[in-house]
Amino acid sequence: MNIRKRVAVIGAGITLYRRRLKESGKELSFYAANMALESAGMSRNEIDSVVMGTAPDAFDGIHMKSENLLDGAGATQKPYTHVYVGGGTGVFAPIGGWWHIASGMHDTCLVVCEEKMSPCFPHPQTAFRSIWDPIISRPLNPNLVWIFALEMHRYMKVHGIPKEHIAQVAVKNKGNALDHPSAQLAAKITVDDVLNSEIMVYPVNRLDISPPSDGAAALILASEDVARKYTDAPVWLDGVGWSLDSAYWTNRDLYFPQYVAKAAKMAYKMAKINDPPQEVSFAEPYDPFTYKELHHMEGLLLAEKGQAPKLTVEGVTARDGDLPICPSGGLLGVGNPIAAAGLMKCCEAFWQLRDEAGKRQVPKAETGVCQAWGDLMQVGTVCVFKRDS
Amino acid sequence: MSKDMKELPGTPVSGKELKSDKIITFEWRPNAKYAWSAGIAYGRYLDELKEGRIIGRRCSRCKRIIVPPRMFCEQCFVATDEWVYCKDTGTVNTFSLSYLDADANRIKEPILVAVIDIDGASPGVGILHLLGNVDPKKIDVGMKVKAVWKPPEEREGAVTDILYWEPMED
Ligand SMILES: [Zn+2]
Repeated sequence: MNIRKRVAVIGAGITLYRRRLKESGKELSFYAANMALESAGMSRNEIDSVVMGTAPDAFDGIHMKSENLLDGAGATQKPYTHVYVGGGTGVFAPIGGWWHIASGMHDTCLVVCEEKMSPCFPHPQTAFRSIWDPIISRPLNPNLVWIFALEMHRYMKVHGIPKEHIAQVAVKNKGNALDHPSAQLAAKITVDDVLNSEIMVYPVNRLDISPPSDGAAALILASEDVARKYTDAPVWLDGVGWSLDSAYWTNRDLYFPQYVAKAAKMAYKMAKINDPPQEVSFAEPYDPFTYKELHHMEGLLLAEKGQAPKLTVEGVTARDGDLPICPSGGLLGVGNPIAAAGLMKCCEAFWQLRDEAGKRQVPKAETGVCQAWGDLMQVGTVCVFKRDS
Repeated sequence: MSKDMKELPGTPVSGKELKSDKIITFEWRPNAKYAWSAGIAYGRYLDELKEGRIIGRRCSRCKRIIVPPRMFCEQCFVATDEWVYCKDTGTVNTFSLSYLDADANRIKEPILVAVIDIDGASPGVGILHLLGNVDPKKIDVGMKVKAVWKPPEEREGAVTDILYWEPMED
């Protein structure tokens, strides 16, 4: 592999995450981007290129909405790229930024992710109806939660996993989110609260699901030599990986996300990580549903197949455990403005690896892995971040 | 965020406030319609459903028989080369009980949703469909099921020509 430049993260920004925010998408993009620039000590004219990540246009009801958001993302009259792989977008956008810099094409790149799910009513779920194949799926009137419930159930059945173990993820993440200033659904809850919450699509209960949200986040990437001019504490984006599996999702076994494993292996190889559970200090796998955190830990090779629930129950994945998972509070706690939710995870890695995470700080954080997932259960996007040493 | 960051940008509003005159909003509902060609493979698949049969395609390279059928094998990336009839029986691969309709409205009686591996197709090759005529508590992964078809005169060449799948008598 011919990587011309090592890529650093030198700034990050984020807005509040809420069910509805009064600010427009452009305004949210501006606030997050501007905060990231300020934290890096930069102005917009020091940015060579901009990558925007934003998920289904149908939520905002603005087709090609990245053009609509451009000015708020600081991209006026700059090389500007919109990347989009559904829910996987938030961790794909920094990969898009990485291409610009690792290739040697640019020295700095501003990565912005925005989502407003609130314009679509009565419920943003309606917008998801248009993602289904119109011939073989849509006539069945599917709800998007169906496929997650089907995947979750397959995962539980293959390994014999009790629901109580999965519910522990909601308890942990909503608890972790109590220390995140953006958080929408931070709460102290119990496993029983999850099990007794309304059944949405069995085996998914209400507290197993992350909420619809509005919000934005941003990161500043820079080449190694340029990064050193701005900061003594760059965080390195040393591994990137992504993979998409077949859209014929009823023809593959849903118990294990092969595509996440492929993406993770690609990123680990680049970052020279040989033994992920030993070498990764914390991870932010995508957790729009409780079981997804566990499923993705296994896809990220941080747990043996079927073992992630056990690690969670034993406290290994707590913020003070041996392998903290979603110290931010994740999508379950902080919220799920789709693309911005994935980038929130990368912001968390940046803050953790600079000892700037405050009460959320994981001790001895050296290497963090962020991952997102989406489309029809088929995309895995992975970034490996390392502390400067 | 440095750890000293206290206030973040963003002004939360409730659903009620959003629709009140305190906040200016603009509404629009698209009036667009679409007509999709089913294509070659799904076209034949739907024609056969109308006749009460499930058809797949065989890839001579990997020997898989795949349903829903496609004119190419996405794994070998060659054209598939043979139509193969499958059975209208199968096995529940996974299932769920949906208390939400397509617009996320709550419903009382759950929709019984399943991935059904089709007999006569390759192992693990299934379709998304519905279960019926069964006590939800008795559904399980591995259960053998059989298609319940609409009467021939009511079929229209759609996946809904199968009403649902019910447990097989053993
Ligand atoms: Zn083949």
